[in-house]
Formats: sequence, C-alpha cells, structure tokens
Amino acid sequence: MLGLARRLRTAGVLGINQRNAEFIAAWNPRHRYPLVDDKLLTKQLAVQAGIAVPELYGVIEIEHQIRELGTLLAQHGEFVIKPAHGSGGVGILVITGRIRKLFRKASGDFITQEELDHHISNTLSGLFSLGGAQDKALIEARVHFDPIFESVTYQGVPDVRIIVFRGVPVMAMVRLPTRASDGKANLHQGAIGAGIDLGTGRTLTAVCGNDVVSEHPDTHQPITGVEIPNWQTLLNIAARCHDLTQLGYVGVDLVLDRVRGPLMLELNARPGLNIQIANRCGLLTRLQVVDKEIGQLHTIEDRVGFAMREFAVASA
Amino acid sequence: MNNRHLYVLATLLVSVGLGVFLYKTLRLDFPLSPEAASDAWEVEVKIEFEAQGDPVRAELRVPASRTSLPILNEYFVSRGFGLTTTRADNQRLAIWSRRQPEGLQTLYYRALVEMRKSADPVSGGRAPEIEKPRLGGADRLAAAAILDEARQKSADLDTLVAQLAQRFENPAASDEHVALLLHRRSSARERVARVVELLAMADFPARSVHGIHMAQLGGGSAEMSHWIEVWDQDRWKVYEGVTGAPGDIRDYLIFWRGAGQLVNVEGGDHLSWTITMESVQLGGLSAAASRERLFSPDLWAFSLSSLPLATQNVYRILLLVPIGAFVILIMRNVVGFKTFGTFMPVLIALAFRETHLLAGIILFSVLVALGLTIRFYLDRLKLLLVPRLAAVLIVVILLMLIVSIVCHRLGIESGLSVALFPMVIITMTIERMSIVWEERGPREAVQEGVGSLIAATLAFAAMSWKPLTHLITTFPELLLVLLAITLLLGRYSGYRLLELRRFKVLAGKAD
Repeated sequence: MLGLARRLRTAGVLGINQRNAEFIAAWNPRHRYPLVDDKLLTKQLAVQAGIAVPELYGVIEIEHQIRELGTLLAQHGEFVIKPAHGSGGVGILVITGRIRKLFRKASGDFITQEELDHHISNTLSGLFSLGGAQDKALIEARVHFDPIFESVTYQGVPDVRIIVFRGVPVMAMVRLPTRASDGKANLHQGAIGAGIDLGTGRTLTAVCGNDVVSEHPDTHQPITGVEIPNWQTLLNIAARCHDLTQLGYVGVDLVLDRVRGPLMLELNARPGLNIQIANRCGLLTRLQVVDKEIGQLHTIEDRVGFAMREFAVASA
Repeated sequence: MNNRHLYVLATLLVSVGLGVFLYKTLRLDFPLSPEAASDAWEVEVKIEFEAQGDPVRAELRVPASRTSLPILNEYFVSRGFGLTTTRADNQRLAIWSRRQPEGLQTLYYRALVEMRKSADPVSGGRAPEIEKPRLGGADRLAAAAILDEARQKSADLDTLVAQLAQRFENPAASDEHVALLLHRRSSARERVARVVELLAMADFPARSVHGIHMAQLGGGSAEMSHWIEVWDQDRWKVYEGVTGAPGDIRDYLIFWRGAGQLVNVEGGDHLSWTITMESVQLGGLSAAASRERLFSPDLWAFSLSSLPLATQNVYRILLLVPIGAFVILIMRNVVGFKTFGTFMPVLIALAFRETHLLAGIILFSVLVALGLTIRFYLDRLKLLLVPRLAAVLIVVILLMLIVSIVCHRLGIESGLSVALFPMVIITMTIERMSIVWEERGPREAVQEGVGSLIAATLAFAAMSWKPLTHLITTFPELLLVLLAITLLLGRYSGYRLLELRRFKVLAGKAD
C-alpha cells in the first residue's frame, strides 16, 4: 500500500487532500468564488472581457416570472435551461425543438409546458444548487457543436475542460457524452474523458469510468487522434479566464460551436482530478513546473506558448 | 501557508492536555481504567450522654486529611444541636452545643476515609522545645531509676523507646517504680503519657498520638490506640504505644496529639463513646474526584465532577461526539469514504448507543427504505422543495410511530427505541439519497448509504469502547490532544486510501 502511494507520488499524481490544501485553499481566494459559482455572473464577466459565450435569452429569478415564460420562449425553438448555481451538470435541461405545445428534449422525449415550469420552479427553490439555496434559472442558446466530435458523441454536447494554474494551462481533456451518461458530459455519470495533447490539441487515450477505452462505446468510432481546430485559441480563452477571475487554480469548460467557434460555458473553482486518468499523467509535476517558471511568463501569449511547449506529449 | 504556526499550536495543545492528564493520573491517582476501585472506610464516632436540662457543650477532636489518608467526606449528625468546627494548633475540633437538652443525647461524627498506600510529605522544621515533666519526690526518683535501667539495656532511640514501652506495658509484679508512677490508673493512654514524660527527661522531645490503626482492624468496632512520636534529628519518628516498635503512620488515622480526651462534655453525665469502621465500596473515579476537590480545589472547580449530576450525564454523552467526529474525519479524509452529510453518521451512532448496534442498523435501514419509497411517490406530485421536505419529515415521524407500534405488538422491545433516531437527520438523508439516486443512479445512492452506515458503525464502536470513553469523560483535557491531531490532519495532503485504487493506472510499474 505504501509502495503504491510512493509510486503515485513519483508519477506526480495529485490527490484530493493535496489539491484542497495546497492549491485550492492557497490560490483560490474565497471572495472570488461567487464569480464562478454564479453562472450568470461568470457570463457577464466574460461578455465584458470579450470572451464568447452562449447567448443568454433570459433569466428567471422569482416564481412569478415563470408565467411569462411562454412569451420569452415564443421566438426560440431550441434552448437550454440551467441553474445559475448548479454543479456537475445537474439540473440542465436541453430543448432541441417543439411540436405544437410539447417540447422535445435532447434525448428525444417530449415534455409539456407544465413540466417545464415545474423544472424551473424546482431550480428556483434550490433543488440543484450547492447547499440548497435559492437560485436563478438561466435560459440560453443551445450550442450546435462542431462536427469534429460528431462521430464520438452520443447526444449531448461534448466539452473541453482545461485546468489553468496561475494563468498557465496545465492539462486538458474532452468529455464525450455516452448513452450511459444520458447525454451529459460528466465523467462520474458515465461520459468518456479523453486526454488532450496540449502541444497539438490532438486527443490521446480515453477513459470511461476507470477503464481505458479506445473507441466510443455507442458509436464504435476511434477516439484517439482527433484534432481539435483552433487549439491555440481555446488555450488563450482559458488563460484569459484566469485573469478574469483571479482564481489561481481553475477549471475552464469550453464548447466548440459550429458557427461561433469556441465558447466559454462555465468555470469551476474545484475542478475534479479525473483529468489525470484521462491523460494518464499526474498533475502535480506540471503544477510545480509552472510554480517555478511563472516569474518569466508575463503575457497571455507567453503562458500559452509555455504550456504548448512544455506540456506537449513527445511524439513517439 | 506557514506550517510552523500550526506545529507550535499543536505542540502547545498536546502539552497542556497531556500535562493536566499526567497531573491527574500521577498526583491525584485518577484511575486509567474504569474498573479500578479504591480502598475506603467509613469511620463513625458515636457519642452518648445524659443531659439534665443545663446548657451542653460537647467537644470532639476530629481527624484532619492527610495525603495518605484523605477524608473524602464527613458528616456531623445531631438533633437540635448547633455545630461549629474549629482548627487550633493543627487540631480540628467539632463543637456541638445546645441550650436545654434533656435525657439521652446521641451525636455522630462520620468520615469517609480512603486508604492510599502513599507516603506523606516529610514535614521538616525545627526541633520542638522539651517540656520537662514536673515530678516530685518519689515519682522523680522512680522515673530516674526506670530511665537509667532502660538506658543500660538499649543502644539507640528505637531500643530505648521499646524498653520503656514494654516496661510500662508488662510490669513485673515486684516493679514498684512502675507501680508508683502509674498510681494504679493503668489505661493505655496513661502508660503512653508516662513514656513520653520519661523520654522528655532523657532530652528527647516526644508527644503522644491518639487515633485508630486502620490496617489492623477489620470492620466493626475500633479501639483507640495510643502511639508515641519522638523527634529524631530532623523529623518525627513514630512508635506503637504497646510494643514500642516503630509504627507505620500511613494507615493510622490521627484524631489528636498530646494531652486531652477524644470527647469532652460540659453539662452532661454518663458519657460514653464508641468508634466503628465499615468498609465502603467506592468507585475509583468518585474517590479521585473527591481527592481532586480536597487537594486541588482550583482544578476541581473547573472540572466535570463539579457540575450537577444531570448536567454531568449530558456531558458524558457530548464528550463522545468529538470521538465520533474524529472517526468520520479519518474515514473521509484519510480513507476517502463517501457519507451523506458530514456528521450525520455521528448522530446515527449516538442513536445506536440507545438502540444497540444490530437493531439500530435494521431500524435505520427500514426507516430510510420506507422513507425513500414514499419520497419517490411524492416526487410524482411535483411539489416544491420545502413543502416536500416537510412532508417527508411528517412521513418519517409517522413511520417511526408505526415501527414502534408494530414492534411492540410483536414483542420486539428494541423496536421502541426507534424514537431516538434524529428524525430531521433521517429526513435529510432520505432527501439527499433520493437526489443521488436520480442523478447518479441507484448504485451510487446505495453505496453512499452503506458508506454512511459503515462510518456510523465505526463511530459507534469507538464511542462505546469502554477504555476510550472512560479516558475522555475522566480526562476531558485529552480533547486538546484530539484537537491537535485534528488540526494536523487538516493539513494532511497525502493520498486517501481509496484514491490509491482510483489512480492505480497512473502508478506505473512496480520496481
């Protein structure tokens, strides 16, 4: 057991305790949390800084506003409803179209206006928020994701998670929804995580749960070797999100829109550690390198360049 | 983050906690295990006399606490008498008084004395002045003759005292010197008084001691025995009065020193008194608590045992909560267990104390399973959050009632204790479990539920482990040590045990 712990340490694997004590507690000031915990605030902040985000159609803040939902949604055939304080993809409802009075969900099922209202009401009462506090419901544009991941996605929207430490992207992965994850891009719900080579934006190995997989379980297409377009732009956005929030250790979630390109979905002040398994590589070593070199990296371009150089996977 | 600050704080907490703990175990003899009992005796002095309606004043010389024989408690029992206790010249005196008593009067003095085979601190000091006895004529000559002969037959102080004591104790029929000095009043107290006088003539400061030799007595009535103390260079040496052999004063309960009587009554006749002793079963803990009050009143004033009994019992349970919380801390941060709610398992474990483990686990599982079923049904009604929680709470209480009634009907009395489960906690557990169930699937929900139960069971095991609970309730200061470890664990950044399995693929090959 101790031998295993020592080998993990040598491999630079970051554990939860160490992440919490030495990175989150040390680099993420408490008073900055609301910026990322409230998705509405994050969105406003990003828009001000000129970072592209999915368009916001409206916000429901009190029960009373649910009645006006009909007029608000009249002009939108498809949209996404998400809680402002949700975590882990919980409470997100994706509507892909409507037939007469029914709304079609991403899964293909239909729900009524009444069920939609109830979902929003649940959101407002804090069912999906951290700690069960009162919440807001955001209604925003549905993302039409880039066809690059078409073949390795089952419903839902694949997203790219980039861990940024002190402004330097250190590790990335793409999360691919599966049938098991019900179209959600969360690893613990059964989505696939594929590591990304920071140097090229090409996908590496993939894991599903704790198993290494090479092809998508639903579409049977190979996952490894998919190249993400505009990779450097994605890294740039991620690095800017650090400057935006001043969070030293942050997870940036991006999606690739077919038309609008990379959009910032949300930020996470306590990003999970599964990214290490997806990349088959420990985080700690990279974090320590950044800690040492940060003094010489002044601009965003410096930091992105450093990451692409330093954390590229040597092609064998 | 500055870790030195933390280490200094932890060291400080540990040293204060352990310091008080060691003081209490080493100096005050607090028992480390719950079974230790102490050797205690109840000594009772019963005084009886006849009163004729005149004002009465009765004096009793009462013993004082010593390290080796602490008086844990004492009572003065009398009807209609006023009582004052005084202390003069290191002698405690109880004085009963009454204006116009008539008939037979009975007074009691009762002391709870603990025998601890520990040595008294050596009292130093200067040699006392010698009071030469004023003997006249024949007495003086007889005394000188006895002393001369004893000196001839002895080599040192020990043998001199033995010679003198034995000569007065067993005088030969023809021994006129002794007969002259004792004047036929031959009580043991008189004989000891003569020996003390002769020792003074020989320039040895001496005094008589009066008390009961507890070690030699079983229960029942106790004889007053009279001993001799002689100043030898820098301290008092003790000799038994009858044999003149060196005595062990550690188990000798001293009532008074020097001249005088045990009891003096003014205004009463037909005085008689008896002393009885009885062995008392006294828990080691209550004896230690009484000692603490006696020897360290300041410490006692801020200790658990100074509180009213009912409050003490509440704290005996409250003091267990940190142990449970610590177990949860280990389970979550070092092992990596998932539980519903941070400290929910501790509260469940507290309930287990009343329901017992197996019945507790079954009742808890039944309650949560039934509650979950109802919660899933309520879900279809699309209720708002707070009304739904309230509804589940109401249902949980009704379920508890039903479980109790059904168990009672079936004759399973342990089912009645279901009422002790914290219902709000159970409600929240049901709510959280159903959400996890819906979002992450039944597997994860059951996994977390079982994890909570395992954590609760472990917390219960720790909280009901006798040696540990005894240590914490007897030495609450040990919580400071627990706090220090908790603080240190707060900076533990190593892997959690379950993480080793999770990240196993990353470990590379073993070499």
